Amino acid sequence: MNLLGKLTWDAIPLHEPIIVGTVASVGVVILAAFARVTVKGYWPYLWREWITSVDHKRIGIMYIVLALLMLVRGFADGIMMRTQQAVAAGGAQGYLPPEHFDQIFSAHGTIMIFFVAMPLVIGLMNFAVPLQLGVRDVAFPTMNSASLWLTATGILLINASLAIGEFAKTGWVAYPPLSELQFSPGVGVDYYLWSLQISGIGTLLSGVNFVTTILKMRAPGMSYMRMPVFCWTALASNLLIVAAFPVLTALFAMLLLDRYLGFHFFTLDGGGNAMMYVNLFWVWGHPEVYILVLPAFGIYSEVSATFSEKTLFGYRSMVGATLAICVLSYTVWLHHFFTMGASAGVNAFFGITSMIIGVPTGVKVFNWLFTMYGGRVRFTVPVLWTIGFMVTFVFGGLTGVLLALPAVDWQVHNSVFLVAHFHHVIVPGVLFGAIAGYNYWFPKAFGFKLDERWGKAAFWCWFIGFHLAFMPLYVTGLMGMTRRLQHYDVVAWQPWLLVAEAGAIIVMAGIICQVVQLVVSIRHREQLRDTTGDPWNGRTPEWATASPPPAWNFAILPRVDEIDAFWAKKQRVLAQQDLPRRQRRYQPIEVPKNSPAGFVTAFFAVITGFALIWHIWWMAGVGLLGATVTWLAFMFRAQDEVEIPAEQLGRFDRTHPVEVSL
Amino acid sequence: MNVLVEVDAVSKAELLDVSEAGPAPKRIIAGFGFWIFLLSDIVMFSALFASYAVLAKATAGGPTGAQLFDLRNAAMETAFLLLSSYSCGLMSLAVESRHRFGIFFGAVVTFLLGAAFLNLELREFQDMIAAGASPQRSAFLSAFFTLVGCHGLHVAIGLAWLVLMMIQLSMRGFQQVVVRRLHCFSLFWHALDIIWVLIFTIVYLMGVLP
Repeated sequence: MNLLGKLTWDAIPLHEPIIVGTVASVGVVILAAFARVTVKGYWPYLWREWITSVDHKRIGIMYIVLALLMLVRGFADGIMMRTQQAVAAGGAQGYLPPEHFDQIFSAHGTIMIFFVAMPLVIGLMNFAVPLQLGVRDVAFPTMNSASLWLTATGILLINASLAIGEFAKTGWVAYPPLSELQFSPGVGVDYYLWSLQISGIGTLLSGVNFVTTILKMRAPGMSYMRMPVFCWTALASNLLIVAAFPVLTALFAMLLLDRYLGFHFFTLDGGGNAMMYVNLFWVWGHPEVYILVLPAFGIYSEVSATFSEKTLFGYRSMVGATLAICVLSYTVWLHHFFTMGASAGVNAFFGITSMIIGVPTGVKVFNWLFTMYGGRVRFTVPVLWTIGFMVTFVFGGLTGVLLALPAVDWQVHNSVFLVAHFHHVIVPGVLFGAIAGYNYWFPKAFGFKLDERWGKAAFWCWFIGFHLAFMPLYVTGLMGMTRRLQHYDVVAWQPWLLVAEAGAIIVMAGIICQVVQLVVSIRHREQLRDTTGDPWNGRTPEWATASPPPAWNFAILPRVDEIDAFWAKKQRVLAQQDLPRRQRRYQPIEVPKNSPAGFVTAFFAVITGFALIWHIWWMAGVGLLGATVTWLAFMFRAQDEVEIPAEQLGRFDRTHPVEVSL
Repeated sequence: MNVLVEVDAVSKAELLDVSEAGPAPKRIIAGFGFWIFLLSDIVMFSALFASYAVLAKATAGGPTGAQLFDLRNAAMETAFLLLSSYSCGLMSLAVESRHRFGIFFGAVVTFLLGAAFLNLELREFQDMIAAGASPQRSAFLSAFFTLVGCHGLHVAIGLAWLVLMMIQLSMRGFQQVVVRRLHCFSLFWHALDIIWVLIFTIVYLMGVLP
């Protein structure tokens, strides 16, 4: 028996110059960062204040940092594919061999969905939801830290596949029988499965955490219909996580059993049924779309209300539409495989439900428009992203309605028309929203605003680049171009793909603008400082505390008696109607103690995952044991809360005054 | 007089709508969160049930459920597990009244019944594999072992949890956190019962139908 399982020196792809170059430069950057942190002596600070932190705001920020780093990785994959397709026409083979190209498109999809979109959305919810609810933390703070670090484990494993071994060549959906051992004998699919399985546990725990937080922990007076809309969409999204991710867990467990123990769930022999995988995958996969897009809708709602200085138009219909989407999202999964061969009746049913789900989405678009109509719209960066979203998303949605017709779908399925469609909804629908949220809540998180000029430049580059990159794909898709082509013979497609390449380069300029925006803003943070806690003239409770908020968020829990309570209070203070100020009597509060449990568990999860991928059984045992012991230690620790004395709360409030408190 | 004052206080402050009363106490939050987790677990089982239903007839020429299942064995397993739920319920009552001996007694009975269930299940698996009906034999058997085995794994985890809780109870007494966890344990144990009832019906009873 081999002590290192399947792992040998051959696993390191030294013969691939592109990979070696990438790994070397990433390695140098990481080493340089570590060296700098070591020299400056930042490790104790990082350990104390960030790695072991159970503060929802810090956890949210770390999620977003991870997601933005992975956005760069996922985008690099994307532009590599665009460049390959721009040159590999006619007889030309381009610069990427098929083996490598296949891994790139699989990694691009997997990373963008699971490790960019998910952590962006979960990070923003982490940061904003407890503040908007007017409470001090999420329901289970230590579990929240574990969720973050298990997501980081998945990210580490999927990136390790670049340097050690290979990644899946199956596409991001990993359909069997291709993903079975018979046709994918390498470790690529195992990297895919274990990194998603481990990070999936983290996501599920996040879902449980947020459903509990939103349903059971709200400021006094905040009944359901007084919650900020972002909290409603976060609730819907997390309900979907709780109801959808376990299906993915079960599904991947089945594929793992097939690959590791010779089971026959999806194999060609032994009675396996590959179409069952496809069904279960999309029973998770379609709700996943709404897990991502609903919180972004919430951000657009907050942004359009705040910057139009008006109450959101149709709050109740917005809540209703959100929950309608939440339910309907479980009735449309079959539209991902109309060509499976279901009867006309079945296809018609799912075609109709797919069109119906566009109705509540349309309600939302009208609500945002009517919110802005007649308002004093301030064209800040978040508003640009919101308007850009509305314009783009409506067209993406229209091509979706086309694809919902089974007869049309039969013509264009698996073509780049489809690729264009889903990028056309998910990029504005999720990424634009997350960037709007990032610009909107950044001053709350760090105490200073982001630079407007570079932010606007980034928006225009993204907006123009996006359209240039994806509109041509509709055309080539209708011309018959299938997706995932490493090279093609039809030279007539090439001009369109060159335009798409130009679009990708403009998007890259947008990303560079965002990096510059961050650097410039940090440099000029004194000019951009927010001393009031309310830089945008906001409406919801998160603006009623200092920026950045203290660890306890609110020394005294705010009282929320209506929608947009903070805004209403400000109006009353301005009109000097609110004369008897609330007596601020401070009482000591308990906040959860920092805990390394999440980080240490994730450390052992990395060991376990890596060992399982490479069949190093003893090491997998060590990892599992370590994780178990960590949790036992956590379970048996004596004290899990620290008390913050009343004087400290009062002192902070005096040194960080807010103009109006709730 | 006093009564009147209290009624007045209630009608003004205490009779708030529950949704406006501010953050719930920790006991409620922990229990509610665990409920949500259990629901997610049930969703996972429903995916396993669905795949079992799809693959139940895919025996690939191998043995069928009717040939393999021993209803007497499954009935005994059911009896053990349902009785363990009863003793677990008694244990919860003892926790409510802080009756230490009652808790330990209920826990021992629950543990023994759970272990007896697990023993029967493992014997069944062993016999099936020995007779050539291993999960590698057919898609039907893959689905069977995964569904039933996943439930068995949950029972095993539950037993380990129960032991840990007894250690914690004897070390720390009735601290709030210990009581909360005992409450969550009993929710977990009853949920496993619900899933078993479905397994007994869908896998075993329907499996032996001609």
